[in-house]
Amino acid sequence: MTATQDVDRAAPAGPSFEDRVRRVADAAHRMRHHVLNMGEVQGQGYVGQALGVADVLAVAYQDQLRLRPADPHWDERDRFLLSIGHYAIALYAALAEAGVIPVEELETYGSDESRLPMSGMASYTPGMEISGGSLGHGLGVGVGMALGLRHRGVASRVVNLLSDGELDEGSTWEAAMGAAHHRLGNLTAVVDMNALQADGPTAGVLAIEPVERKWEAFGWHTVRVDGNDVPALLRAFDSLAEADADTPRVVICDTRIGSGVPLLETREKAHFMRIDEHEWQIARDQLDQGAQR
Amino acid sequence: MSTPTRKRLTTSAMIASFVDEGQRTTPAPFGHALSRLAEERPEIVGLTADLGKYTDMHVFAQDHPDRFFQMGMSEQLLLGAAAGMAEVGLVPFASTYSVFATRRAYDFLCLDAAEPGLNVNIVGGLPGLTTGYGPSHQATEDIAILRGMPGLTIVDPCDSVDIEQAVPALAEVAGPTYLRLLRGKVPTVLDEYDYTFEVGRAAELRTGRDVTLVSSGLMTMRALSAAERLAEHRVDVGVLHVPTIKPLDTEAVLRVGRSDRLVVTVENHSVVGGLGEAVASCLAFNGVGRDLVPVALPDEFLAAGALPTLHDRYGLSTDRLVRRVLDALEV
Ligand SMILES: Cc1ncc(C[n+]2csc(CCOP(=O)(O)OP(=O)(O)O)c2C)c(N)n1
Ligand SMILES: [Mg+2]
Repeated sequence: MTATQDVDRAAPAGPSFEDRVRRVADAAHRMRHHVLNMGEVQGQGYVGQALGVADVLAVAYQDQLRLRPADPHWDERDRFLLSIGHYAIALYAALAEAGVIPVEELETYGSDESRLPMSGMASYTPGMEISGGSLGHGLGVGVGMALGLRHRGVASRVVNLLSDGELDEGSTWEAAMGAAHHRLGNLTAVVDMNALQADGPTAGVLAIEPVERKWEAFGWHTVRVDGNDVPALLRAFDSLAEADADTPRVVICDTRIGSGVPLLETREKAHFMRIDEHEWQIARDQLDQGAQR
Repeated sequence: MSTPTRKRLTTSAMIASFVDEGQRTTPAPFGHALSRLAEERPEIVGLTADLGKYTDMHVFAQDHPDRFFQMGMSEQLLLGAAAGMAEVGLVPFASTYSVFATRRAYDFLCLDAAEPGLNVNIVGGLPGLTTGYGPSHQATEDIAILRGMPGLTIVDPCDSVDIEQAVPALAEVAGPTYLRLLRGKVPTVLDEYDYTFEVGRAAELRTGRDVTLVSSGLMTMRALSAAERLAEHRVDVGVLHVPTIKPLDTEAVLRVGRSDRLVVTVENHSVVGGLGEAVASCLAFNGVGRDLVPVALPDEFLAAGALPTLHDRYGLSTDRLVRRVLDALEV
């Protein structure tokens, strides 16, 4: 499935809301399969996070971003910045579904000489705008891109996906203040609130709530949504059009680790989830059963 | 675009191990050593920045929950707060990955802890090339960053024995310290030698007439293996283990430098600013002019990949070390 057109799909003359929902949900389902297949090659990995964020990424790549899949350096593209390097597995699935990288290449994920390393890096992968790995960098770079594009008169949007863990970093809030100060209406932050960090549940690592009120106080147009509810996600992104033209926007997405695979949704939450060899097929089967319901 | 299909070596990023096959190991030596020390010294506290489980600090946290402080993934706060705790009379050990302690939080370590000369102990995981995760996690220049910080003690331990002995020794050092952490199942090597860790002291683990390998960190383990292998080539190799990079044991280094043997520095760090350059400047500044062969990581951002592949590619494997010595000897 390849998205070849560079039109803005959310434009009024575009497809119906139901069509958009179906397109996004179908892509998210295939992306989850890609994630399980990539995870199986490594025998482990950030599969739980990737299943959780699949719907958010599908909305971005199937519905929101203006891209030319065959020309990842097109100057007028929207920039999607993955702050969270370890979420690369999720982004590779999205890039494959968007037609930026071939689906067959996904099986090289995390292998020597692959263009798809475990941690996302711009120098390796077409469509990967920045190098992640050290958390808390994306929003600052996003501020610079948004400033630079506006300065050059380029109408592209800059979208930064960050994690709830990245809200621990002072650098994120420096960037948040900078974005509001510079009136960057062309910057959108998307926060994956999966309630998990390396040492355990986010609430026990560092209390970051109330997250909406923080972003609002920092001068951002703020919406919060169930990040595994595709229609709700689409409505949330559509609603950003109501924001003042020069106000940066944030979509706070509450997601479920392992979403779509009950076996993993119910497992004790772990930053680095272990999945036994025989469980990969069970996970795939559960994913398909869920899709039929 | 190429899509390789041959049998794949995978990154296994966060559980990558440099342990040789069949090698004896000890679980979480840092965490257990800190826990034991805390039983004797009530002023010891532990902090981490969302990496307790990944720096063996979780062992201390389980044993001493009331003396463990989870600071969130906020490395600047981690080091600033550690300094604050030292200001009010505690002895903090603060753990994160080496890259974040050095790159992200340098200013906080420098001005909050080092300038006032506080007893703040930084514990950095994944030093040098100990993960295949790419430059974001490979602390290839941590020593280069830190060597210029006045008053900082820098320790690069070889194994579990070194770590167990270094933890109480570093707590005794009045000023700030930086320990290059080896975590998880850590090789146990030095108990076979007549060795004790002492801050600022290098140790001759093995003597040899032809070559001296001057090594630190996990590369001392490789140096010892290489020395065994080189004996099969009738090359007699000594090993000087230099666990304290700063302050350097200049006497031991000068003794080796003044010998007529081939001297090879061996480190898990960039060729810029690490043990090799510390040895070179020590010799040159003391009027000892001689050749040195540096075995170190190249001055590059390294690739992502499986750790054994990378150690081989960048010259840290025992095979590559043996070859380098033979080449230098033109054998
Ligand atoms: C600056 C920085 N500090 C620490 C880390 C180590 N680390 C990697 S993932 C992670 C957890 C952060 O939480 P989140 O991004 O929400 O991760 P999740 O468990 O949801 O994948 C940490 C601490 C890092 N990559 N970067
Ligand atoms: Mg999280």
